[in-house]
Amino acid sequence: MTAVRTPTLAAAKLVFQRDMTLAWRRWDEVAQPLIFYVVVTTMFPLATTPDLSALRQIGGGVVWVAALLASLLALEALFRADVEDGTTEQWVLSGQPLGYLLLAKVAAHWVLTGLPLVIMSPIVGTGLGLPTSVWGVLMLSLLLGTGTLSILGGIGAALTVGVRRGSVLLSLLVLPLAMPLLIFGSRAVAMQMDGDSPAGPLQLLAAIFFMALSLGPLAMSAAIRISVEN
Amino acid sequence: MAVDGAVFEAREINAWRGDRHILRDVSFSLRPGEFLKVTGPNGVGKTTLLRVICGLLPAETGELWWRGKSVRGRRDEFNFELGHLGHLNSLKGDLTARENLKFLAGLRTTLTAQAIDATLDRVGILSRGDLPARSLSAGQKRRLALARLLLADAALWILDEPVTNLDTAGIRLVEELIVDHVEHGGLAIAAAHQRLLDDAPCLRSLELEP
Repeated sequence: MTAVRTPTLAAAKLVFQRDMTLAWRRWDEVAQPLIFYVVVTTMFPLATTPDLSALRQIGGGVVWVAALLASLLALEALFRADVEDGTTEQWVLSGQPLGYLLLAKVAAHWVLTGLPLVIMSPIVGTGLGLPTSVWGVLMLSLLLGTGTLSILGGIGAALTVGVRRGSVLLSLLVLPLAMPLLIFGSRAVAMQMDGDSPAGPLQLLAAIFFMALSLGPLAMSAAIRISVEN
Repeated sequence: MAVDGAVFEAREINAWRGDRHILRDVSFSLRPGEFLKVTGPNGVGKTTLLRVICGLLPAETGELWWRGKSVRGRRDEFNFELGHLGHLNSLKGDLTARENLKFLAGLRTTLTAQAIDATLDRVGILSRGDLPARSLSAGQKRRLALARLLLADAALWILDEPVTNLDTAGIRLVEELIVDHVEHGGLAIAAAHQRLLDDAPCLRSLELEP
């Protein structure tokens, strides 16, 4: 028997497919962040004022805070099941670069939890009085922001997977790192609304995203290797 | 001090777990066609030794040699030739038996549907191929984990209590698989406290003492 070694890209694709298949069978868990996002943003007009011109002032910020918390909600369980049933052990031993496999897993996680937030944001934003002219900037900023958050969260989740009740620790680790995203993201929306060019904050968001994309896999694989030592 | 023909060598492995010095100067070498059985009472460090070989646990001192070169710095190359069956079966309950193999064994080698079916047949659970792994019995899950090991097509097998949960036919199957593997030039290291291939010519023993 001569075995053909799986190319790394194909292996990463398998990890991605596997998580999609699993999510399809457990869709209720996957839908949770999206429901949280919609519920939180609809509560703001009820609690403050139904006056759209007043809501418009805070709308961008509200959408961003809700998206941030919603993605955090889904992060804690990211690696837990795989570490507990020994799957990550096999990934470490697969002879494939671990960072790519973990990045594929995070990508699947983003498609399932981050992308729906981006797609829903125009509808949610309209409820908060955001004009159609900011839809593009809102979605683009969230696209970069949730992507970065998934990677940062992946590092945090990999570090805390061995810790019992790691969710508090995870929030403490990830939230400070997410602050620049929140600031630049809501600033981009506000600038677009005021008629300024939002290019500056968007470029900064993109820079942070690419930094996370390039360094994240290294950090995640180091953290997971420590987690499987026990 | 290299032993003639040895492809795998462990040299003076020392490992601690917490403040306990578990492995003390463990050395052995293995030639193709040999099966090393690691024995000893519970807690003596059998699993620790296997995890050190896999690189899942760091050893304090000592070195592993594979095909005449130190494993250090060439982990991914070594891991590709290493098949590991641990305490955990590494199965996803929500995936079917076939999907479990496709998504985990497929990371190492490119699999065809025929190869998966042939391997499921070999471990005797072909008829369960499309059932979620959750619904398999403990012994069938172990057989599925064995199928994953077979599909990995690795030269060196690391087996941690391979016959856990298996019936007598299952134990015989594991013995057959190991003999077949070493007869084709493979190597196997297993931790076991049950009887396992006790009279086979390929057997070598390593007894760990507390």
